[in-house]
Amino acid sequence: MPPFGASREEFLIPPLSLQLMACSALLAVPLTLAGCGQARESAEAPEHKAIILATTTSTQDSGLLDELLPLFEEQTGYLVKPIAVGTGEALAMGERGDADVLLAHAPAREKEIVAAGFVINRRIVMHNDFLIVGPEEDPAGIHGSDNGAESVERIAETGTRFTSRGDDSGTHFLEMSLWDAAALDPGGDWYISTGQGMGATLLIAAEMRAYVLTDRATYLALRDRTGLVPHVEGDPLFLNIYSVLEVNPERFPEVNSAGARAFSQFILGREAQEIIRRFGVEQFGQPLFFPDAGKSEESVGAFPRDGPRGLTPAPGRAPDDLTPWS
Amino acid sequence: MELIWNGITQALSLLLQGNPQVLEIALLSLELSGLATLVALVFGVPFGALLAFKVFPGRGFTVTLVNTGMGVPPVVVGLFVSIVLWRSGPLGFLELLYTPGAIVLAQFIIAFPVITGLTMAALQQIDPKLLLQLKGLGASRIQLVAVLLWETRLPMLAAIIAGFGAVISEVGAVMMVGGNILGHTRVLTTATVLETRRGNFEVAIALGLILLALTFLITWLLTLFQQRSAAR
Repeated sequence: MPPFGASREEFLIPPLSLQLMACSALLAVPLTLAGCGQARESAEAPEHKAIILATTTSTQDSGLLDELLPLFEEQTGYLVKPIAVGTGEALAMGERGDADVLLAHAPAREKEIVAAGFVINRRIVMHNDFLIVGPEEDPAGIHGSDNGAESVERIAETGTRFTSRGDDSGTHFLEMSLWDAAALDPGGDWYISTGQGMGATLLIAAEMRAYVLTDRATYLALRDRTGLVPHVEGDPLFLNIYSVLEVNPERFPEVNSAGARAFSQFILGREAQEIIRRFGVEQFGQPLFFPDAGKSEESVGAFPRDGPRGLTPAPGRAPDDLTPWS
Repeated sequence: MELIWNGITQALSLLLQGNPQVLEIALLSLELSGLATLVALVFGVPFGALLAFKVFPGRGFTVTLVNTGMGVPPVVVGLFVSIVLWRSGPLGFLELLYTPGAIVLAQFIIAFPVITGLTMAALQQIDPKLLLQLKGLGASRIQLVAVLLWETRLPMLAAIIAGFGAVISEVGAVMMVGGNILGHTRVLTTATVLETRRGNFEVAIALGLILLALTFLITWLLTLFQQRSAAR
């Protein structure tokens, strides 16, 4: 049964959910005890509790934030207000000082607003990859390609339907760079600009039997619903890097900079990174995100062009070692 | 069809189990929309009465504004309230954006013209002879309005139903000014959008059905009261 909000258990039939509650209560005891030191520290509740986190939709639509935020709030006493918008809008909120901390995935744009002094301390949190998915019958015949620009060119040539986010999100930025690389200006009946988030756009693509560029996390979370299949993966451009950025308190004095720093430290910390690593593995058989705290952009890595594509583990690798290109 | 059935069964199981998250979201929806309607009544009824009885310069223009407001797209209200409440906006210092207060404010702005306009229309339908008679009997202005409101209780209840119905079913403005934050500003409509976006259609349907049931229940109670008064 599908998850709702943070806890999946609530949707199970009562007796089972009771058992699960009992189990999780037992499990929680040692965790709570272990967390006591931190909890006590935070008991001196922070002066400015609310943190506005402007984030890309994929972290919310995939359910990752539901795992991370309660833990952060419990440990620190802060209260996070996640506003899930496209990366473009999230960065704009940072530029206006209307958020305290940002989670975004458009490195080039992020560096621009860092250089302009609106935000500080951009740090890489995690990555996954983009892929082009579409109807199984593959009307444009692009299945198996690892070249995004060539693939969108084929889609345009054949006039096959393609759904675009059209919302200045990180995914939309990448899509535009694919059209640029193919020297094309997309438009026409086949080009559908949804203006909505990733989840909604995938659902529209499924209904219209269209191709769509998507991040892997949202795609996997909705795979069973949409029935769309991966066609193009492994293009070096498809690397999808998520970073955390703190809004510059020198520029915007009203920003909750202590809260922003605490969140940034938390999401880069060992515990959160471990949650990110494990998130979705059980449900989807593969991770949705790969933790990258402390890494530079270069070391997050390029795709192994000659190696296995996508996130399929190479033969002979340890089965639990699913990280493909780190 | 199967999906809808699953949605219905899930809605029932959520309700019967008393799922705490769903209850919290449903209660929050009721509280915020109820409060916004109440505030809109407190301001809208006197204002509607003023427009109905008092002649003053600019009255025609004000009435046009109110009537336009009755049909104003809520998403425009959402955008306007967001811009005003941004930290960088004129009321940013209040730190209201992404709080339940911001939702009540936006919903108030949506409900206020509806209630004002319908109050005005209701009071204007009153036979002018009744007015004369009441004045002749020496009723004070407040007594006058009280009697008239009682006389117009049927259309007044319709005004409450219309105002409440407009805000509890609203999603665009609430999403923009509230931010859909779990436990703070996530209401039934925005939760439905989120679950749809996540592809959890059963849950989305369940939430939608709960919203329908709530709206029906409240409208039914008000209608019951209205029709019982009518029968007298």
